[in-house]
Amino acid sequence: MSDFLSAGWSAYIALVTLVGIFWCIWLLFSQLKVKVKLKPDGDVADTGHVWDDDLRELNNPLPRWWMWMFLISCIFALVYLVLYPGLGSYPGILGYSTDGALMSSMTTANDELKPVYAKYVKMDIEQVAADPKAREMGQRLFLNSCAQCHGSDAGGGKGFPNLTDGDWLYGGSPENIKASITNGRGGVMPQFPQLDSNQIIDVANYVRSLSGLPVDNQKAARGATVFQANCVACHGPDAKGNIVIGAPNLTDKTWLYGSSEATIVETVTKGRMAMMPAQDKVLSPEKIQLLTAYVWGLSNNKQPAAAK
Amino acid sequence: MTDIPPGGKPVSIEVIEESLYEVRRKIYPRSVSGLFARWRFILVFATQLLFYGLPWLSWNDRQAVLFDLVQRKFYIFGLVLWPQDVIYLTLLLILSALALFLFTAVAGRLFCGYACPQTVYTEIFMWIERKVEGDRFARIRLDGEEWPWGFHKWRLKITKHFLWLLIAFWTGFTFIGYFTPIETLGLSLLHFSLGPWQTFWLCFYSFATWGNAGFMREQVCKYMCPYARFQSVMVDKDTFLVTYDKVRGEPRGSRSKSTDHASLGLGDCVDCSICVQVCPTGIDIRDGLQYMCIGCGACIDACNQVMEKVNYPKGLIRYTTERAIEDKKSNQSAIRHILRPRVLIYTAFITVLASAFLFSLATRNPLRVDVMRDRGALAREVEGVRIENIYRIQIMNASEHPMKVRVKAVGLEDLMILNSQGKEIQDIEVAPASNQLMPIKVSTTIGTNESGNYPIHFDVTAQEIVGDKEVIRTRDEKSTFIIPR
Repeated sequence: MSDFLSAGWSAYIALVTLVGIFWCIWLLFSQLKVKVKLKPDGDVADTGHVWDDDLRELNNPLPRWWMWMFLISCIFALVYLVLYPGLGSYPGILGYSTDGALMSSMTTANDELKPVYAKYVKMDIEQVAADPKAREMGQRLFLNSCAQCHGSDAGGGKGFPNLTDGDWLYGGSPENIKASITNGRGGVMPQFPQLDSNQIIDVANYVRSLSGLPVDNQKAARGATVFQANCVACHGPDAKGNIVIGAPNLTDKTWLYGSSEATIVETVTKGRMAMMPAQDKVLSPEKIQLLTAYVWGLSNNKQPAAAK
Repeated sequence: MTDIPPGGKPVSIEVIEESLYEVRRKIYPRSVSGLFARWRFILVFATQLLFYGLPWLSWNDRQAVLFDLVQRKFYIFGLVLWPQDVIYLTLLLILSALALFLFTAVAGRLFCGYACPQTVYTEIFMWIERKVEGDRFARIRLDGEEWPWGFHKWRLKITKHFLWLLIAFWTGFTFIGYFTPIETLGLSLLHFSLGPWQTFWLCFYSFATWGNAGFMREQVCKYMCPYARFQSVMVDKDTFLVTYDKVRGEPRGSRSKSTDHASLGLGDCVDCSICVQVCPTGIDIRDGLQYMCIGCGACIDACNQVMEKVNYPKGLIRYTTERAIEDKKSNQSAIRHILRPRVLIYTAFITVLASAFLFSLATRNPLRVDVMRDRGALAREVEGVRIENIYRIQIMNASEHPMKVRVKAVGLEDLMILNSQGKEIQDIEVAPASNQLMPIKVSTTIGTNESGNYPIHFDVTAQEIVGDKEVIRTRDEKSTFIIPR
C-alpha cells in the first residue's frame, strides 16, 4: 500500500473537501422548490410520490431559518478552511497546529510555575531538602519521572539502585546526584571470557566473603588471586569501588543484582549493562533542582552514612 | 396552494411548485386567564424563585449549591460530590427520564406546558411584551404596515428589548453563578474584571435566553426539541390530553344567542376562534392532536370563558382521553383507566430507583481508597529475610471534616506496612475535601509462602471528626502481592 505523502494526495483531499461543500450549497439551492400535486378527490396536496399503495409524500416545509443555518454552516466551513489547516496540506492563515498549541500551553504553564520554583533555584540543596513544600513537590516529580524504575518508595529493585540507603554508585553529594539526573549514567561491567568457569566461581566466593557472606574458604582464597588480576582496575585493590566510573563497593551489604553465588557468576560471565537516562531534555533545571533535593534528602534525613 | 372547492367536484390534477422552506409566521398569542393559566403562573414563579434564589444561599460558610468544575467538587448543601460520584448523576438522569415517561403516559406533555425553561421564559417574555405593547390585536397592529416606524413604535420596541435583555442577562448571570461563586462573580462584574470564559458564557447564555424566549419561541419546540417528539409518541388512548370534543362541538358555526343551536343542526362550537388566538404555538386544537401542541391548556381556559358567556356547559375543550371521547364516556371512567400496567410499571421503577438513590446517597461513604501496585518492579528482598512489594495508596476524604486514617494489609501471614522512609505508619491525617497519595512498602517473611501471586486487601479505617463526635468509616481495597521465584 502506498503512503499518502505525495503532493497529489493533498490536492486530492482538498478537491474532495471543496467539491463536497459546493455540492452541498448547490443541492440546497437546486432543491428550494418541490412540485406538488393537488388531488382532485381530496384536500391534501402531495408530491405525487406514493409508496406501498397509500403512503404519500406531503410537503411539510422546514422553517426558512433552517435554510440560512445550512448556508451559514457552509460559509463557516470555508472560512475555517482558510484560517485553519484542513485543505490537504495547506497550513491555514493562522498557522495553528496541535503540536504548536501543546508547545505554547506548556510554555505558558512553565511561565506560570516559574515564580513557584524561583525561590528554590537560589537555595542550596540542603536548604531545599529541609523545606516541606519542596519535598512535596519533589515527591510528585519523583513519582512521575523516576518511580517507574526506582520504585514509588525510591527503594529500587534488581538492576535499579536503591536511593534511600545512603550507598551511592556515583557519589551521594548534591552535585553528584544532580549530575546523575541531568546527564544520566551508563554503568558497564564487562564480560570475562578469558576466565574459565572455575575461576569465576572462585572469584564469586571471594566477592561474597568481602561482605561477610558464607563461602567456601578454599575457593575464596583462589578467587582472591583472580580478583587481583582482573577486577582491581575498576573495583580497586580494596574492592571499595570507584564513584568516578560507578564501580560498586563490593564490601558492603548492597547488591544491585543479587548476592547469591549464581547471580555473581552470571554477572562476571555475561557482564552487566546499566543505564540511567539523561533527564536534561525532559525536565527543566528547576525541576531537577527539586528532584536532587528530594533524592538527597531520602538518605540524608536518616544519616545512615554517618552511622556506618 | 389553491383550495379545492367544497363540494368535492372532480377537477383535473393540477401541479404547482411549493417552497420547501416557509417564512415563520409570527404568533401573537392573546392573553388568557383561568385555572391552567393560574397553574402556569404558579409554576413559573416557583421554578424561577428556585433558579434565581438557590445560588445565593450559603451553607457552612460556602455557597450552598455550587458546581466547581475547576476543583471538580460539586456542593449540594451538606453533600460534596466528586467526579467519582458520577453514578448519582446517571441515576438522577434515569429517574428524570422515568418521571417524564410517567407524566407523559398519564397526562401528556405536562413538562412542556408548565416547567420547561423554554415555556417558562417565553411566558415571562410574553408577559413583558403584553405589558409594553399591549395584547394580541395591539401587537398585530403595531407590527402591521399601517403603523410606520416612528417615535412611538421605537419607544415601545426599545423598552421591550431593554427589559428582555435585562432578564436574559440576569438569567445568564445566575446560570454562571452555579459554576463559579456568585458573590465574587457579582463583584468582578461590578469591577468589570470578569475572566474571558466567564464573559463568554455570560454573553452566550444571555443571548440564548433572549433569542430563544424572544424570537425562536415555538420554533424550538417544533423543530429542535427531541423531548417534544418522543413525548408525542408516548401517549396512548388512555392519556389525558388537551382535547377538543368533536362529538359535542361539530358541526361548528356562529349563531345568535337567542336561537336554539340544536334546531339549526349546529354543535356547541361557536367558531369564535379564540382557542386559536390564545395558542402559543399557533395551532387549531380543533384539528385534533398535533405534535406542535405543548399541552399548556390555554385553549381550555379561553374556551371555558366563551362557553360560560353563551351559557353552554364548560369543557368543550378539556383534558380527557381519546377513549373517553370515542366511547362518549365521562372523565370519571377515564380516570379509572389511569392505573394501567404502563403507569404501574413506571411508578414501580421510579419508587425502587428513587429509594435506592436516596438510600445510597444517605449512606455514602466519604472515604475512598485507591491502591496501585508499582508496575516497574515485581518485588525485592530486604536484608535477606523479608520480601517487599511497593504500592501507592491514595486516600480521598470526600467529607467536609478532617479524617484520621489507619491502613492495614490482610491476606498473607505477617504482612507489614511501612512508609517510604521505612518507618511504621501512624494515623494519616487527611484534610477535609482533599486527598493524599503516599508510597508504601508491604512485606512478608521469606519462605512462609511459595512464589506466586497472592490476592491481598487493604483494610482502611478512618475516624471522621465531626465537631466533637467521631464517625468511623471503612473501606476495603483489593490488590495483589507478588512473591518472585
